[in-house]
Amino acid sequence: MSASLGGAAAIVGIGQTEFSKAAGRSETQLASEAIVAALSDAGLTTDDVDGFVSYTIDPVEETELVRSLGPPLVRWSSRVPYGGGGSQGVLLHAAAAVAGGAANVVVAYRAIKARSGGRFGRAQVSPRATSAHSGTTSSQWCAPFGVLTPASWMSLNATRYMHTYGATSADFGRAVVQLREYAATNPNAHFYGKPITLDDHQSSRWIAEPSIRLFDCCQETDGAVALVITSIDRASDTPAPVVIAEAATAGLFEEEIASNHYRPNLEVMDGSVALAEQLFGRDLSRSDIDLAMIYDAFSPILLMQLEALGFCGPGEAKDFIADGNLAPHGKLPCNTNGGLIGEGYIHGLNLTVEAVRQLRGTAVNQLDDPRTALVTASRTGVILQR
Amino acid sequence: MTRPAPIVTDDNRDFWEGAREGRLIAQRCSDCGRLRHPPRPMCPHCHSLGYEPAELAGTGSIYSYTILHHPQHPAFSYPVIAVLVDLDEGVRVLSNLVGVAPDAVRIGTRVRVTFETTADDMAVPVFEQA
Ligand SMILES: [Zn+2]
Repeated sequence: MSASLGGAAAIVGIGQTEFSKAAGRSETQLASEAIVAALSDAGLTTDDVDGFVSYTIDPVEETELVRSLGPPLVRWSSRVPYGGGGSQGVLLHAAAAVAGGAANVVVAYRAIKARSGGRFGRAQVSPRATSAHSGTTSSQWCAPFGVLTPASWMSLNATRYMHTYGATSADFGRAVVQLREYAATNPNAHFYGKPITLDDHQSSRWIAEPSIRLFDCCQETDGAVALVITSIDRASDTPAPVVIAEAATAGLFEEEIASNHYRPNLEVMDGSVALAEQLFGRDLSRSDIDLAMIYDAFSPILLMQLEALGFCGPGEAKDFIADGNLAPHGKLPCNTNGGLIGEGYIHGLNLTVEAVRQLRGTAVNQLDDPRTALVTASRTGVILQR
Repeated sequence: MTRPAPIVTDDNRDFWEGAREGRLIAQRCSDCGRLRHPPRPMCPHCHSLGYEPAELAGTGSIYSYTILHHPQHPAFSYPVIAVLVDLDEGVRVLSNLVGVAPDAVRIGTRVRVTFETTADDMAVPVFEQA
């Protein structure tokens, strides 16, 4: 067990743009707007910021961002690989930077035009062998066979999961119905005011049969979110800090993101198993979790992560969900903003923002006094506390 | 529009040259003898840089599959049946199942390799029911 950064850092500010189908402005502008909003939320200014962290595939260059924001001195910056599966890794990087003294105030950001710009779900043949640092080098072994999108990569794993445990498309649909119910009352959500029934889900068209229908897919979105992270000492001077109680990542041998199909048992998300061992190996256990925000790029991986994280046994997520446990009064309220499927796809970092709101008591679908929130994306995750 | 050509690199050249000659290839470590796929320059078990192309029998069974309906790319005819095949020698490949109706695809079905040409006079291994 590695040394913990637990409790050494806190999220002190959150900010975002609107989420839309066409932002009509650059990713650099979207990121700048979200960052200024997050700093304002924290009671800080760009003069306080000396570190930046984002995803390796985020299009916003640090140099351009600094030219717009104007911080006097950047002492530290970093990027996290693995696409959205690395989304919560930005918090580990930021916490390590402020705990170790490399930076005082770090801004984590993700800006994306996944709807009006380059859509992940578009059929395209990759022109290169490497992955442009998105964590998908195995896609060169997919493209010549028409396996061109994240949905097509993931559906190979999901079909095996269905085969092993007897899960069905309707089981995935029950998760989606819950997510859309949360989204229906979230004005930020793509599907605000648009709940669905299980029949609606079951009549949505196949993307990748028999595991992924249209309504199983996240909503590719334009927008940006930002979070401000600083040391626990400095956080005490800010209006609404949320402590990063645990932060961990778990990249495994022979495992990358969805385009990797070479592990022996694809029905188990091994990276999430290893992640949970780190997150729950010290002071906190699963029973402490009042809210889970779980990366739902496609609904099957929500079930697979519930199992891998240890909230239910292998193959039992379908029953756990059917029993209503993801709802506000269930055993594990989950993705209360509607998730990536219902709210939108800011590549996972909008899940973290929702967790902070819930812990502050300012979420639109506010739970009853949550104190501890888990946010995970495949192999990366955090536990947040107030 | 024909199937796009694979991307040939220093690390995977044996596999794609083999495919062009109608042979299914995996890397075999020259030192510990383990097979590996996808190709890579170093054996992750013994760190040997030596490897040779091992021709496989091309027989195996379907580990998983997906029938792709949307979105569509002009180089392929839909629905595309994508399969993961566990080959009898113990390595897994991603490929297509051909000559089988989409509603007849099953996990566990025995398959054998055949080859289809791509752009640039290359070829890819695909599978038919054995
Ligand atoms: Zn070896």
